[in-house]
Amino acid sequence: MTDSKYFTTTKKGEIFELKAELNSDKKEKKKEAVKKVIASMTVGKDVSALFPDVVNCMQTDNLELKKLVYLYLMNYAKSQPDMAIMAVNTFVKDCEDPNPLIRALAVRTMGCIRVDKITEYLCEPLRKCLKDEDPYVRKTAAVCVAKLHDINAQLVEDQGFLDTLKDLISDSNPMVVANAVAALSEIAESHPSSNLLDLNPQSINKLLTALNECTEWGQIFILDCLANYTPKDDREAQSICERVTPRLSHANSAVVLSAVKVLMKFMEMLSKDLDYYGTLLKKLAPPLVTLLSAEPELQYVALRNINLIVQKRPEILKHEMKVFFVKYNDPIYVKLEKLDIMIRLASQANIAQVLAELKEYATEVDVDFVRKAVRAIGRCAIKVEQSAERCVSTLLDLIQTKVNYVVQEAIVVIKDIFRKYPNKYESVIATLCENLDSLDEPEARAAMIWIVGEYAERIDNADELLESFLEGFHDESTQVQLQLLTAIVKLFLKKPTETQELVQQVLSLATQDSDNPDLRDRGYIYWRLLSTDPVAAKEVVLAEKPLISEETDLIEPTLLDELICYIGTLASVYHKPPSAFVEGGRGVVHKSLPPRTASNESTESPETAPAGPPSGEQPDVIPAQGDLLGDLLNLDLGPPVSGPPLATSSVQMGAVDLLGGGLDSLIGGPNFVTPPAAAVPANLGAPMGSGLSDLFDLTSGVGTLSGSYVAPKAVWLPAMKAKGLEISGTFTRQVGSISMDLQLTNKALQVMTDFAIQFNRNSFGLAPAAPLQVHAPLSPNQTVEISLPLNTVGSVMKMEPLNNLQVAVKNNIDVFYFSTLYPLHILFVEDGKMERQMFLATWKDIPNENEAQFQIRDCPLNAEAASSRLQSSNIFTVAKRNVEGQDMLYQSLKLTNGIWVLAELRIQPGNPNFMLSLKCRAPEVSPHVCQAYETILKN
Amino acid sequence: MIHSLFLINSSGDIFLEKHWKSVVSRSVCDYFFEAQERATEAENVPPVIPTPHHYLLSVYRHKIFFVAVIQTEVPPLFVIEFLHRVVDTFQDYFGVCSEPVIKDNVVVVYEVLEEMLDNGFPLATESNILKELIKPPTILRTVVNTITGSTNVGDQLPTGQLSVVPWRRTGVKYTNNEAYFDVIEEIDAIIDKSGSTITAEIQGVIDACVKLTGMPDLTLSFMRWESERILSFIPPDGNFRLLSYHVSAQNLVAIPVYVKHSISFRDSSSLGRFEITVGPKQTMGKTIEGVIVTSQMPKGVLNMSLTPSQGTHTFDPVTKMLSWDVGKINPQKLPSLKGTMSLQAGASKPDENPTINLQFKIQQLAISGLKVNRLDMYGEKYKPFKGIKYMTKAGKFQVRT
Repeated sequence: MTDSKYFTTTKKGEIFELKAELNSDKKEKKKEAVKKVIASMTVGKDVSALFPDVVNCMQTDNLELKKLVYLYLMNYAKSQPDMAIMAVNTFVKDCEDPNPLIRALAVRTMGCIRVDKITEYLCEPLRKCLKDEDPYVRKTAAVCVAKLHDINAQLVEDQGFLDTLKDLISDSNPMVVANAVAALSEIAESHPSSNLLDLNPQSINKLLTALNECTEWGQIFILDCLANYTPKDDREAQSICERVTPRLSHANSAVVLSAVKVLMKFMEMLSKDLDYYGTLLKKLAPPLVTLLSAEPELQYVALRNINLIVQKRPEILKHEMKVFFVKYNDPIYVKLEKLDIMIRLASQANIAQVLAELKEYATEVDVDFVRKAVRAIGRCAIKVEQSAERCVSTLLDLIQTKVNYVVQEAIVVIKDIFRKYPNKYESVIATLCENLDSLDEPEARAAMIWIVGEYAERIDNADELLESFLEGFHDESTQVQLQLLTAIVKLFLKKPTETQELVQQVLSLATQDSDNPDLRDRGYIYWRLLSTDPVAAKEVVLAEKPLISEETDLIEPTLLDELICYIGTLASVYHKPPSAFVEGGRGVVHKSLPPRTASNESTESPETAPAGPPSGEQPDVIPAQGDLLGDLLNLDLGPPVSGPPLATSSVQMGAVDLLGGGLDSLIGGPNFVTPPAAAVPANLGAPMGSGLSDLFDLTSGVGTLSGSYVAPKAVWLPAMKAKGLEISGTFTRQVGSISMDLQLTNKALQVMTDFAIQFNRNSFGLAPAAPLQVHAPLSPNQTVEISLPLNTVGSVMKMEPLNNLQVAVKNNIDVFYFSTLYPLHILFVEDGKMERQMFLATWKDIPNENEAQFQIRDCPLNAEAASSRLQSSNIFTVAKRNVEGQDMLYQSLKLTNGIWVLAELRIQPGNPNFMLSLKCRAPEVSPHVCQAYETILKN
Repeated sequence: MIHSLFLINSSGDIFLEKHWKSVVSRSVCDYFFEAQERATEAENVPPVIPTPHHYLLSVYRHKIFFVAVIQTEVPPLFVIEFLHRVVDTFQDYFGVCSEPVIKDNVVVVYEVLEEMLDNGFPLATESNILKELIKPPTILRTVVNTITGSTNVGDQLPTGQLSVVPWRRTGVKYTNNEAYFDVIEEIDAIIDKSGSTITAEIQGVIDACVKLTGMPDLTLSFMRWESERILSFIPPDGNFRLLSYHVSAQNLVAIPVYVKHSISFRDSSSLGRFEITVGPKQTMGKTIEGVIVTSQMPKGVLNMSLTPSQGTHTFDPVTKMLSWDVGKINPQKLPSLKGTMSLQAGASKPDENPTINLQFKIQQLAISGLKVNRLDMYGEKYKPFKGIKYMTKAGKFQVRT
């Protein structure tokens, strides 16, 4: 008797038969029928027609039957919403059952019924279950909140379930804590900006306690949550690390990797001189190695993560080379990853072993793997100079095998070796030339052509060789064509006498017969160069090439740091930040490694020396094949920042201020006392405004005139909370003066008088520069607009968040308090433009830990428009440059308290997502500056 | 969290689907099928496959692909570990994990999957607890259920779920109290042509079968362990893995067996010579048994004509797989396999050399030297039967030629 009997094919009468059985009086028959229904459902048959009959079986004492019906309900409720209501009563009743298993089962099932109408009825039972005496019910209810949130987020917020969920983080039962964390994390993912998991030392402590006692899955949730916390100093970081370290020996690999993430992230904060730092490094190696003895799928994920870890902290695994040796029956995806890590770990100490292995791999069966192994030999040669000679001879051995794809890969890597060690291994050229005919892949052909062109003077028949390629010029791929063009020009410059005809031929092929603009343009450039100034042509074409660096395929440091924060996630498998692939418009919060802060040192102390090279000096990687000769075209790129300096000087500033003031009084006069009904805020400086503001823009092209973006007024204090007084407002910055534009509305029945305003101490010392002047008493239903001038000489206290402003407003009725967040750009001063040299020096001087990366999504502007719009809010473009089709804007701004913020804004034409890197000695302002950017650019 | 699960057999049929959130159309598996087609062998299907709206994470076990569908950023290891747990659970419930067995027990499978995840969050994954919630099918129970109308589903709250030891059910009673431990070590090694070790490591586990009344507190004392050399724990009831350990390649690992080989493909003639001998190396005086030698021969080998000194051998001319079941190694008379290979006439010498894969077992030996000194029990008064067994096996043991 097995369940396969339920799998008989659907006959026409089957549904009728089942219907009859479901309505049978016999319990046993009923159950059998439900089982048959479930079986059909599991294999994808549509049995939704039986909905009413199955639901009728729900009110039963038989637990199995109940569960089966619940299973059915979850599957089909959505398609039968009206019927599903029938089930509500049973749920409500079951939620009060004396048996906690039934209560939990009910709360579990009802959350899976994705029908809006029903959801409302489930709030009360859910509320009870969240406070149930039995932790099993509570932990199930916690998950139910996440389910409900997925169906109707607003409802969950309105009902206050999120707060209840937050309370559960302090539950006495570790399983409940874990589930609450899991539910909150899932909800937070759809609300990246919300402060759902607001972690503080107390809650961290609770999580760490629960970590030791909850299930393996709960441990993963808690560890992932811990990883989002930023400890206040190195001592806290160390104490968390100490409590997380035991997780490294857990049997569940996901627990291990999540623990590794926490440690890798918090380690950033520990001083390298600390004994503990060294201990921690040592403790990380064994768990990572052990992951590699697990099933291949786990190995794969582990290897992708190890690849990141090895790049960030090579010292952890430097002695573990052997575990990455490939077994011949490893799946291909494991083999390729292992190979990659082997090369990263290759050093002078182990190169002999590595080479012997690679040679072994090059004779394997799998073509992809063999190719990569051959390429790896070349990378070893480039990385470990002492081994170069051995690598070259190994490659020559492999070429002798005449296996076609091995030969081609070998030639590609030998070209790189030639570039790294010029004039050292040219003796092998003869051997390479023997294999010319067998090259059928563009990359290999291009490499060979490059070699011939580069060493044309040593190859007697270079012209013949190149000519042979020229015959099928139009059938070649672009990279081969480009390479051939350059190689022949090189040849011509080296042996002009015999090759004139050849060069003319290739130039005409490239310029006249080709549709490819890249090829045509390069052809014309050469042509022009050769015809006007052959000496210059020589200097350009035969210029010394920059050396290629040792490491290839390195992940860019800022991206690497971000990815370290995502260890164990999909992002770590793809080596892309989640923003690059996460589904939908959900914003993703960028994570960055915490800066190193010692507990007894202030954040801004200059002693925190920059670690690692400044970002301007990142190692160059081997250029992709396509632009191998791109060095030619890149010549004009020279130093990192080269654009012409923008014409501004501080002398002009004063004049501009005067002019601005004049203009302002002419056009912007009404700005201070706007008429009550002014729906359009007087954002004269913003480029999107009317013709007037266009005029204004012209002026700002000449100098810099300030008229920052002004947000529409928002309600700060609702009438309900202030006995009828409603305050809405916004902040403006006009020509150096900040003001708070307020709109007071009397929604009470009595007249209001005696207004006064006061600010609490705040981060930037904002304070009213004048008393709040409401000239006439405010009668019911009356609205008055006031502009309150502000200054920044008030007392300073760091607020959380930084731009928080607490305000007290008094009138004849009472004193009311509210807090609001001011946009940081009202603090950007007019003389925030840094000199270029100064900018460069400062950028290098600010430690890399202080750099923060952001993405600004969906911004439709081009670089020009963005730059001018930002300038009107006192963000100044210091220099502009174009790299690989991307516009890089280097910008500076200064805050009222003298803090400089340096920015690099990367704009790719056609891509509405901008990348913003901010460097500042007080990195805590960066997120707010980014927000200001976003506001300015998008409005 | 985990959205859905599809079970797919090697011919590409979806034979079971389970959804823990809304239903994801099975057409999402088309992306998986594409990847499956691209991979030459089932083992090579990549474990993480992106699709426009979902991610597919899969494991391949017992000729079945377990494909999980996720939609948001979920730790992939979490998903893969969970899928392995599903496989283990099926095996635990039904003895084997295969397509026919899963189909035969589809309702239990469905019930179990329902208990394992709630909205994609793991719920009950401990076999101890699952079995309390849903009883595994036995022939007897099926018969009894049919007669009495009782069910597989327990109606009690799984008692262990909420205690401080969630892994052990309460109120356990046995007439015979016994605790058995198996120390099993697998050697993974790569040996090069000349017989020297390139890398060797040991994966060890201690599996236990503990049937003890009440709430015993056990202490194992080891010969070789860090400082205190003891391990104290409250065991789950029944079979479980107590711990796994790893002796890394940086330590000196004893290699118990060697292979002498002489394989030559001659360039011109269409005949090649093949000879291998297997012998004991560092065995601490124990016998090596269950030796099986397998090797994937190059494509150019048409057939092999070999004579073993003991055991049986087969060569499959289609897959080119040579397999030699050697059995025990007698140190006095070393087993060997020799003969000729017929090669494709005119073809050049094969590019790749075959790698020899070795399986073997050694009873009563943990090659790392790990030894349990004693087992003590606290918390209960009775005297249990105790036993410990050691075994060393080959894991991925490869000899290059």
